[in-house]
Amino acid sequence: MRSFLTMLGIIIGVASVIILVSLVNAYMSYMTESFAGMGTNQITVSLTNLSSRSVSDEDMYGFYEEHTDDFNGLSPMVSVSGIVKHGSDSMSRTSIMGVSEEYLSIKGWELEYGRGIQYADLEARQKVCVIGAWVADELYGSAQKAYGETIKVNGNAFTIVGVVEQQDSDMDDGGSDDFLWMPYTRAVKMARNASIGSYVFSITDLDRASEDTDQIESFLYEVFRDEDLYSVTAMSEMLDELNSMIAMVSAGLGGIAGISLLVAGVGVMNIMLVSVTERTREIGIRKALGARRGVIMQQFVIEAAVTSSLGGIIGIFLGSVATSAVGAAAGLDAVPTFSAVAVSFGVSVGIGLLFGYMPASRAARLNPIDALRSD
Amino acid sequence: MAELLIQLRDIYKIYEMGDETVRANDGISLDIKRGEFVAIVGKSGSGKSTLMNIIGALDVPTSGSYLLGGEDVDQMSDDQLADIRNRMIGFIFQQYNLLPKSNLLENVELPLLYGKMGREERRERAMKSLERVGLAEKWRSMPNQLSGGQQQRVSIARALAGSPSLILADEPTGALDSRTSRDVLNFLKELNNEGNTIVMITHDNSIALEAQHVVRIHDGKINFNGDVKEYAAIIQTGNEKYLEQ
Repeated sequence: MRSFLTMLGIIIGVASVIILVSLVNAYMSYMTESFAGMGTNQITVSLTNLSSRSVSDEDMYGFYEEHTDDFNGLSPMVSVSGIVKHGSDSMSRTSIMGVSEEYLSIKGWELEYGRGIQYADLEARQKVCVIGAWVADELYGSAQKAYGETIKVNGNAFTIVGVVEQQDSDMDDGGSDDFLWMPYTRAVKMARNASIGSYVFSITDLDRASEDTDQIESFLYEVFRDEDLYSVTAMSEMLDELNSMIAMVSAGLGGIAGISLLVAGVGVMNIMLVSVTERTREIGIRKALGARRGVIMQQFVIEAAVTSSLGGIIGIFLGSVATSAVGAAAGLDAVPTFSAVAVSFGVSVGIGLLFGYMPASRAARLNPIDALRSD
Repeated sequence: MAELLIQLRDIYKIYEMGDETVRANDGISLDIKRGEFVAIVGKSGSGKSTLMNIIGALDVPTSGSYLLGGEDVDQMSDDQLADIRNRMIGFIFQQYNLLPKSNLLENVELPLLYGKMGREERRERAMKSLERVGLAEKWRSMPNQLSGGQQQRVSIARALAGSPSLILADEPTGALDSRTSRDVLNFLKELNNEGNTIVMITHDNSIALEAQHVVRIHDGKINFNGDVKEYAAIIQTGNEKYLEQ
């Protein structure tokens, strides 16, 4: 019973640490992955153009042309709010964007059918558009059927010249595939807003993301003379930030896990202490019959080691099973991490040994007569 | 004259209890020969238990010398005392002191285990010892499945297992009824007849009279040390009070 309680403390401590750490790790790596999917090669710029100080798309392209070593794509991003219609079918959640001919490659996506937006379309402000797979499926049935058809954006008819490959693996809702791209020049006209508030660059070298960001910032500062009027954000920097946040969360978590191990350890300590105290008489008998101090110690330490490592092993097993089960239920790829297993096992067994050793050492020092008299 | 097994010289055991000094043993000198059956008798608080602890190498005296089988025990370390107890003394306790979670054989094997005897030999000798007390067939039983008398026989078997030079019995009949007590005493006598040296501690004169030699302790001192017949005579004449003056 006593050893079962000791084991239980260790089982719970080890299992909870493994579950906690492994699940959060899995969740964190899931977040990092999905974040990385959003494009670490991109730097987004957003501006507040004033009548006195402004950056036009020509200015931005001028800057881009001077730095082709660092950037390999630029697209203004003009969002248009509105509804997409084909016949009587309409879609209200579709994201409608005015972009440049390079936007597709900045995104790193491929066409399923047709062509992308071209430079000529921008020049002529053509009423052409490229749509996402979800839009094509919903309104036309397939990419092929959508090609060449007209689609109405807030009542303006556009010709579909291309369909982008499906991006999301399951298309229950639109997700990344629910969009319509048109030449940004056209979108500016539709939005009746002459200034373009946001741009996206793609960079040639991921390691130079912060230098590239600085370049854009100093260019914008020349014009605006006020840092509040623009912001430049590199996705990779956000990823770095996310990573450091994850590191912080992991450290905090390690603390919590440590506390739960400590609580388990205190439980183990308690039981070990009581166990040795209860067995003082047994120690007395053994000493009277000629057991040396070391033999008594050995017995108790081995018992503590066996109990706590057995508890640790069961804890590892239960923790792993629970991690996989909970991970599967939450749709995460959760695998018990080696460090969680090693640390929790090591600490709990260490505590078991230590607190098995300490009271046993005291008891082994007892005079056999005193030990015999205890009840 | 038989060789001396126990030689106690001027044994003092003094406890400091706050301001008070308790002289539990106040200058005891005593010789016990091999093959003797000695009863140490005294009231509770007389110091007989302290004397037993010293004879049993469970405790060391404050001063004085103690030779057990020629070995100087009085200044030994904890572990040396453990070895002496293991090799030379078989204990029989009032409360039996068997390990409740071990079976009879394991209990009897215990001193042999601490004497680092091999497994085979250990089993054989423990079984022989259990046979000696008539409990060999029950070797798998647990102590709590036995009666008090049977448990005391197991503890005797445990005491005998290591073939000790001295069997030290502390109130061996204290927890038993009179019939079982008689059995245990007869058994001790039998062991004595076979040549074992037995020292028995008791508070009961009638039990003490079963020995050959009686040592009476009073206030930490010996006030009688002689043949059992002599002691019986003193008790019969009611002169016991005289001893205490």
